Amino acid sequence: MSAAAIIPHDMEPHPVTGMYNGKFGIWLFLASEIMLFGALFSTYVLLRMGAEDGMWPKHGAEILNVPLATFNTVVLITSSVTMVLSWAALKMGDVAKGQRFLGITFLLAGTFLVVKYFEYKEKFHHFEVFLNEPMAVEGYQEPLKGIRGHFTADSPKLEADAKTGAYAIPEYVIIEPDAPHGTHEHPKPVRIESAQVKRISNFGPRHSNFLATYFTLTGLHGLHIVGGMVVILYFLLTGSTFAKKNHEKYVNRIECTGLYWHFVDLVWIFLFPVLYLL
Amino acid sequence: MSHHEMSAEEVKKHVRTYMMVFGALLILTGVTVGVFYLELSIAAAVVVALIVASIKGSLVACYFMHLISEKGVLYWILALCALFFIVLLLLPVLTERDSVGVM
Repeated sequence: MSAAAIIPHDMEPHPVTGMYNGKFGIWLFLASEIMLFGALFSTYVLLRMGAEDGMWPKHGAEILNVPLATFNTVVLITSSVTMVLSWAALKMGDVAKGQRFLGITFLLAGTFLVVKYFEYKEKFHHFEVFLNEPMAVEGYQEPLKGIRGHFTADSPKLEADAKTGAYAIPEYVIIEPDAPHGTHEHPKPVRIESAQVKRISNFGPRHSNFLATYFTLTGLHGLHIVGGMVVILYFLLTGSTFAKKNHEKYVNRIECTGLYWHFVDLVWIFLFPVLYLL
Repeated sequence: MSHHEMSAEEVKKHVRTYMMVFGALLILTGVTVGVFYLELSIAAAVVVALIVASIKGSLVACYFMHLISEKGVLYWILALCALFFIVLLLLPVLTERDSVGVM
């Protein structure tokens, strides 16, 4: 008798749960994950409902990039399909095909992270200058309480405080404002003196409660993607040997990996509309 | 039925289901984004977005995660989980009610 066989319900279904113990374990883990993300979704609701007028974007798309996120949604859904196809191929005994689908899943996960990287990067290079008094900007119908855009090359360099990350306000800044909603014409760069500036922030987590929530939720989700990729990579490297030794057990391992992966997809299915579209 | 004793023929049938679910998920993603560009009122947008997301989530859970063919015990555990989740989401509503007129 091999060592593995003496572990009860390692392979055959447990009479109470109807599944092998590993799978039941993953389900319990996912239940705890629902609580983790649930607490953060709850935080989102609390912060949004408590936000004062104008302190929460009308919808995330005001700040975030909907086409990129839509693309990423499709990427993640596709990766879920390739994951389940990997399991199905293995279940039918085709290890090579199963590993191929697993490889595609890994690549799609990587694609998601690369797109996310560019999304994040864009946010950290996009700035808002919050003003003491609203200022009229050409092209905008109403005076702006904060001017969003990119600093021009001749604007003084910004220094972030090493401890808090807050930007020191230089004598003046020159910012090229974003094109007003629905247009593509950037207004002429605006020079703002330090006396008019309340604070300066990029579109990182410090910017607002909305972006803090956005980075927390998408960051935690991104970490889950990384975690899934590590597991998938492990099985990409060891799967063929594993399957030769104990095919049925390897199929189960991939099923458990799949359960986790589909959960990560499921979280994104809710994150996408909540953060980007509402 | 447990997956333990599934035949190759049954797995093939599953694969066809997966592809149909894939198609449904893509269409529903299109619906989510399409509805956004209709610029509904906030309340209507929230309701539509959450209903569509719930349908998509259920499809993933039922078919990709095989929840539809699991046994009773897991349903009870997940039902408990869903209950706690709803309580978590309702907490902000309760605090908001509590602070009306104070803020």
